[in-house]
Amino acid sequence: MIGLPQVLLLAGILFSIAVAGIFLNRKNVIVLLMCIELMLLAVNFNFIAFSHFLGDLSGQIFVFFILTVAAAEAAIGLAILVVLFRERKSINVEELDMMRG
Amino acid sequence: MLINILFYVFSATLIGAALGVVLARNSVHSAMFLVLAFFTSSGLWLLMGAEFLAIVLVLVYVGAVMVLFLFVVMMLDINTAQMREGFTRYAPLGLVIALIMIAEIAYVVYYRHLDLNAELLVAPTTAVAVSNTKSLGAVLYTQYAYPFQLAAVLLLIAIVAAITLTMRARPNLKKQDISAQVAVGKADRLQIVQVASEKRP
Repeated sequence: MIGLPQVLLLAGILFSIAVAGIFLNRKNVIVLLMCIELMLLAVNFNFIAFSHFLGDLSGQIFVFFILTVAAAEAAIGLAILVVLFRERKSINVEELDMMRG
Repeated sequence: MLINILFYVFSATLIGAALGVVLARNSVHSAMFLVLAFFTSSGLWLLMGAEFLAIVLVLVYVGAVMVLFLFVVMMLDINTAQMREGFTRYAPLGLVIALIMIAEIAYVVYYRHLDLNAELLVAPTTAVAVSNTKSLGAVLYTQYAYPFQLAAVLLLIAIVAAITLTMRARPNLKKQDISAQVAVGKADRLQIVQVASEKRP
């Protein structure tokens, strides 16, 4: 039988894979952005699972807003990436030390 | 029974696709695996009764965001081999952290017996079930009307920000300057030259 624990565990595994992906792909900013999208997807899974198993529609509304924010984030992130590549001819994270952070 | 099989097949596909995103050598392959992940998630959301969001996920993510990703991946000239440096160096750390996180989440989820023994059901319980889209809209446009408008403003800001960031002044670009055209006066364009008239021979 499939209950809430199974779905939560699936979301947890998805989130962990995305975190591992951020560690593994230290160089490629595009894959880092994709990993962030995967994390947001995992969080959305939790919202939808609780919404379904508690019978409350508010969780799905939150997923709607998270999708909005994620789309805006992807658009601005990719715009910054394009500008960055135009300036530096590279998207290597380790070379991005202009701001001395 | 069929629901269980569907859930496990979709879950396995989703985890495989997520691993593909992380491990693929080529960024284009990563993007394609992410498309697969979004599709299977959409299927799983359908199983959990979130039909509207499942369709929105396919339309917005696969249709718009992933196409944007693919455009950017193909526009940028990326040295794939150089991007893979340090992969093996960070692999053990990433693996350990991921395993610790999975173990912690599994421990919490199974230790705390969540008092929700509801099965994953898909069949509508009542004969006149209101559609998911309709009930979602009823909540969204009443209780969450103000956040909804804020989301619209957020998207507008995202549009403006993305356009301003990527716009650049190109040299030798011939374009119309309307205010200069309107502000032009008679003295700028018209020159009256006094020419002595020709004498009759």
